[in-house]
Amino acid sequence: MSEEKKLVLIVDDDPDYLFQMKHHVESFGFDVTTAESVAEAEKAMSRKPDLAILDLMMETQDAGFILAYKIKKDYPDLPVIIASAVTSETGLKFNLDTEEDKKWIKADLYIEKGIRPDQLHREISKLLKL
Amino acid sequence: MEKLKVLVVDDEPGIRSGVIRILKNYTIGFPFMEEDFSFDISEAETGERALEIIENEGADIVLLDNKLPGIQGIEVLEKISKKRIDTAVMMITSYASLDIAVKATNFGAYNFVPKPFTPDELKSSIENISKHLFLKRMTLAMKEEGKQIRFQFLSVLSHELKSPLNAIEGYLKIMEEKQAGENINDYMSMIDRSLVRIKGMRNLIIDMLDLTRLESGKKKRALCEIDINELANLAVDTIKPMAIQHNITIDSNIEKGITIEADHDELEIIFNNLLSNAVKYNRNGGKVSLNITSNDANITITVSDTGIGISTEDLPKLFEEFSRIKNSDTRNITGTGLGLSITKKMVELYNGTIEVNSKPNFGTTFKVVLPF
Repeated sequence: MSEEKKLVLIVDDDPDYLFQMKHHVESFGFDVTTAESVAEAEKAMSRKPDLAILDLMMETQDAGFILAYKIKKDYPDLPVIIASAVTSETGLKFNLDTEEDKKWIKADLYIEKGIRPDQLHREISKLLKL
Repeated sequence: MEKLKVLVVDDEPGIRSGVIRILKNYTIGFPFMEEDFSFDISEAETGERALEIIENEGADIVLLDNKLPGIQGIEVLEKISKKRIDTAVMMITSYASLDIAVKATNFGAYNFVPKPFTPDELKSSIENISKHLFLKRMTLAMKEEGKQIRFQFLSVLSHELKSPLNAIEGYLKIMEEKQAGENINDYMSMIDRSLVRIKGMRNLIIDMLDLTRLESGKKKRALCEIDINELANLAVDTIKPMAIQHNITIDSNIEKGITIEADHDELEIIFNNLLSNAVKYNRNGGKVSLNITSNDANITITVSDTGIGISTEDLPKLFEEFSRIKNSDTRNITGTGLGLSITKKMVELYNGTIEVNSKPNFGTTFKVVLPF
């Protein structure tokens, strides 16, 4: 295994959630780069991260899906996690009615926000095959 | 005390007895509810048995493990969804597979509880779901009573109220575990951010009160002759401390002697919202001008600023509830996304109109016309 730390990109429009996620993910021993919008995230992608964690609802309700799609188009092997509080907070649910919709969500993992740091660590390690 | 029926479906007796122990004496109350919720718990060790119980006795909340001896949790969920049974399902998962999560979400699972869970995690999930059920029932009741349905609004509201709480809770947890070391100074930015989010919440509550008052019609409007000059000056005085902080000057040019029959508080809200936006979205050292003129038919109020302006794409969203323009200029400005929607509603109460003109980086002008 290489000595260099793995780089995790975290995208969220809530600066506090972003700060806290960065704090936790850094404490797991990763390098972290952050972005507060889809545009910023695309800029940040100029240095390819090893994993990306995307908020779902940012500028638009499905910004996370769109960003995941773009990332996977450029880097099909880059693990992508979509994080959202949408279900537990608002009771709103995704509408993934067709097979096509399901194919459209290009993410490796969907997590509800509020996941415990240790659980998040396990999931990241699993995706990075550490 | 209102009882919610909880059904625990898990083949591990330990999980079932654990849930029962945790929820047996647990009650949930919210300030907006008249009665507390408590829980009646039943258990099933297979999916087949669970479906029987759900069909015969019903369940408000189902805690559903996916790995079961016979049919899997996901199939139980599928049946519940197909039969359109009204119950909220929480999947107990270890986030093992996106596949299951997507399927479960598809079949209408309300949320996911990680396994293993702590008593507090279970309680907080149950609290969320109870609130959801309460709101859902309230919406149904309102529908039956023919009242306006505002479920979407309430959902968004709960999101808006919860995200600052989550942020503050996150910081407090980091502090509780002293994750940034022993020195209090290393936590200052977290404390500052928590205070900012608390301030945001307080503003939201104030705006909510304005809005509720407006929509419920409970509080009687007190219409009387109001001296616009006096009211406008009062509003300017209210906003001055904030303007001074940002080095902003307020010029007002108000025609003397205009009076209108209106509710004092409502007019004040219009002025306060427009002026505070003009200060908030200004640049340091900028200007705000307030002009009020009248003719035979109406009063025209314009509030102009020399601030960051609003882009053409963002303009249509401006008066929507909870819409906030998000960009690097607005990142550090706290707002509830309700001010302008309230202002517009208030203006419409007086059969008035509100217009906006804006040029990014130059400033914004709001024009309110109120007929006599």
